[in-house]
Amino acid sequence: MKYWRKPLDADTIKVPHGKIYVVREQCKGCSFCVEYCPKDVLELSQEFNKKGYHPPIAVREEDCVSCGLCELICPDFAIYAELIEEGETTEETPKKTDKTEKAEV
Amino acid sequence: MTKPAAHLETAIVEQDTHPMADLLRMDRMPHIWCSGCGLGTGLTCFIMALKETGIPEDKVAVVSGIGCTGRVAGYLNLDSFHTTHGRGIPFATGLALANPDLRVVVYSGDGDLVAIGGNHFIHSARRNMDLLVICVNNFTYGMTGGQAGPTTPISAKASTAPYGSYDYPFNIPYLAIASGATYVARWTSLHMRRLKNSMREALPKKGFRVIEIICPCPTAFARKNRLGSGLDLMKHYHDNSIIKHGADPREADIDMNGKVVCGTFLDIERPTFRDFQTENIATQLGGE
Repeated sequence: MKYWRKPLDADTIKVPHGKIYVVREQCKGCSFCVEYCPKDVLELSQEFNKKGYHPPIAVREEDCVSCGLCELICPDFAIYAELIEEGETTEETPKKTDKTEKAEV
Repeated sequence: MTKPAAHLETAIVEQDTHPMADLLRMDRMPHIWCSGCGLGTGLTCFIMALKETGIPEDKVAVVSGIGCTGRVAGYLNLDSFHTTHGRGIPFATGLALANPDLRVVVYSGDGDLVAIGGNHFIHSARRNMDLLVICVNNFTYGMTGGQAGPTTPISAKASTAPYGSYDYPFNIPYLAIASGATYVARWTSLHMRRLKNSMREALPKKGFRVIEIICPCPTAFARKNRLGSGLDLMKHYHDNSIIKHGADPREADIDMNGKVVCGTFLDIERPTFRDFQTENIATQLGGE
């Protein structure tokens, strides 16, 4: 997860990172997950599944924080996220290293 | 045809890998509920709540009546029974009395619980039977084609009320509290986390507990009333629901365009039917 500056509690609070799994043939394309994903990770794909619905795809999977909301809201048991790593909190621009060094000292 | 690059990253998996596959009968999936129906969301919350309470799977029984929600008993990989119309509570009463260790959950719809099984509902609440009743309210009889039910709001159109329904609907929290329930909550399908927490809170309790889930029905109720898709109804709940714990249930009526009052209305304890029964038998048989 990247922030415009390094948060003060970055060493204690880790932002998790998740991976999204879609049970493609079970989806009914209601788009609840797409609408309510707090990180806007998902979008409906252009492709059809066997039943003729558009299952979601993770277009910004790097933003997924594995909050589990998609799994909770999906009425068709067709999507879930798994925690893959705790994640490092980094700054958006790695150039400011001198500043962070000063802060650490 | 060029595939979007992101598609390759999204992992497509088989249904058996889903984390809830152990509590669902995956051979019956995909379920019959329509696209945009909120029933599956409620069921997800129930499974998660059950896992979080840590109650062993063989100590839980789920009983359903007839209707779209009645299918829950068939989809859950627990001891479950799909009873005749409205008779979920009587069957569950027998289960709860015969096996006091069992956590008995009645998971059914509004038409099944408060119309056809209405008498069972109020009398089970009066006796304070050890049951958790999860009542999914979608304001209509969805499976049979959208007839006006006991909770259809005034002026809502239904297939048996083409000019609008003019019966006063039941206010389920008020009905439950007036009949003697000890835990009464109402959430919409959109309040997933709060609904899950409410179920987790209610599952280990004693007494007659009622959780009402306001659920979008895009095929029967929303189509007749031109309310849009299931997602539009979820957005409607997002804009029009108020969370008010301990609210007066008399003010929790649901109108077509009014606010939906959600929250835990009541959380008290009073002796259950079984408490009285064991106490009475002990005194009758000489204090044992």
